[in-house]
Amino acid sequence: MTPAGETVGVRVKLPTHLRVLARVDGEIRVTVGSEAVTQRSVLDAVETRYPVLRGTMRDRGSLRRRAFVRFFACGRDLSHDPPDDPLPPAVVSGAEPFLVVGAMAGG
Amino acid sequence: MSRVRVLVGTRKGAFVLTADGSRRDWAVDGPLFAGWEVYHVQGSPLDPDLIYASQCSGWFGQVVQRSENGGRTWDAAGNEFAYEGMPGTHQWYDGTPHPWEFARVWHLAPSPHDRDTVYAGVEDAALFRSTDAGASWQELPGLRGHGSGPHWQPGAGGMCLHTIVQHPTDADRLTVAISAAGAFRSDDKGGSWRPVNRGLRSEGIPDETAEVGHCVHKIASHPSRPDTLFMQKHWDVMRSDDGGDSWREISGDLPTDFGFVVGVHAHEPETVYVVPITSDSHHFPPDGRLRVYRSRTGGGEWEPLGTGLPQQHCYVDVLRDCLAVDSLDDCGVYVGTTGGQVYASADAGDTWAPVVRDLPPVLSVEVQTLP
Repeated sequence: MTPAGETVGVRVKLPTHLRVLARVDGEIRVTVGSEAVTQRSVLDAVETRYPVLRGTMRDRGSLRRRAFVRFFACGRDLSHDPPDDPLPPAVVSGAEPFLVVGAMAGG
Repeated sequence: MSRVRVLVGTRKGAFVLTADGSRRDWAVDGPLFAGWEVYHVQGSPLDPDLIYASQCSGWFGQVVQRSENGGRTWDAAGNEFAYEGMPGTHQWYDGTPHPWEFARVWHLAPSPHDRDTVYAGVEDAALFRSTDAGASWQELPGLRGHGSGPHWQPGAGGMCLHTIVQHPTDADRLTVAISAAGAFRSDDKGGSWRPVNRGLRSEGIPDETAEVGHCVHKIASHPSRPDTLFMQKHWDVMRSDDGGDSWREISGDLPTDFGFVVGVHAHEPETVYVVPITSDSHHFPPDGRLRVYRSRTGGGEWEPLGTGLPQQHCYVDVLRDCLAVDSLDDCGVYVGTTGGQVYASADAGDTWAPVVRDLPPVLSVEVQTLP
């Protein structure tokens, strides 16, 4: 357990198109307050560090997940979890990445 | 020697085609924004090195890109397209009210009056303006709010604002077209708007001569005669000589007057180009022959131009932003197809040759004439 007020580094794996857009290679790591490591706080941190990604994962206004974007971690699909639910401990500890995935759709 | 730079948007990225004034040997660069749909790429008439591109994806949404060095490097511009106030509703396909939802930028129109002003036509139909070269965007809400907006209904391709015609000397005048609402004009820099569809007749709507509801596909004009507008409607090729206040049909002897594109010769304001498409249910050229039609009389009388274009087994479409002209002495004409070909004519359409044959489906073609 990380003490309140401290931060953790969360590993995030972006899909190819968003890595190109953000001009990053491989995984990125964002810093999130340890008291609330959630989909929302992680995505907020990603968008703050890479403003070009605003609107690409979530709707700019409502912040709802875009229809063909999915969020996975630890072998689970978290896409339908409430955005303020805590992420799995392995994501918080940095053992596992938080995955942003372009859904298999279209041709 | 002058040269040309052709900006091509496709379903899977953008391409830049360059050639000297002879327009025989082409360099092909791309894909830019590979894997993304690029609806439009357009350069500033005041600074040709300033180019905008609209890339979008069903997965990841809309990104406007900007280059300040003629397309060598690109950076994301502002991408916040927020409808002004409460967005309200328009009609959905079933006639029910549907909330206005931003989907993508269809068309970018840099201003001929101010380098840093650029307009964006978007789906769901609205017009946005940036005065800081795309860093931020503000809707011109008088268009959706002028009264008929709640009655607009999407066409099959979505409810898009796809055409922005800027008056060459009067920065106050803007004319836009929306599928499937019609043409609209502002004479106060986009503050207030009114429909300019008188004379249009559309059999596909309950009141064939309604004030709004017409599926306008493209409008073009020549800078020397800004009050003369040429329109390719869903069906019918139309002409206005009073800035859109009234329209008359000029389809004349075309084999079919369905189509998407219309363009005007760079030096001959009465020379007009269209690409007839068989029908709204057969989106390919008549008889499997791709032919551009040219009128040297401002419409009515048309001649087919097919030399160098495929004249058999051709079933491509030419979408609404896929015809452009350069302004070299011998006016060049460019056509992009859904088959991934871009054809160029260096002699005003008399003869054609492919620049590229196997791009993804082409969504837009623009050309810059460079010193």
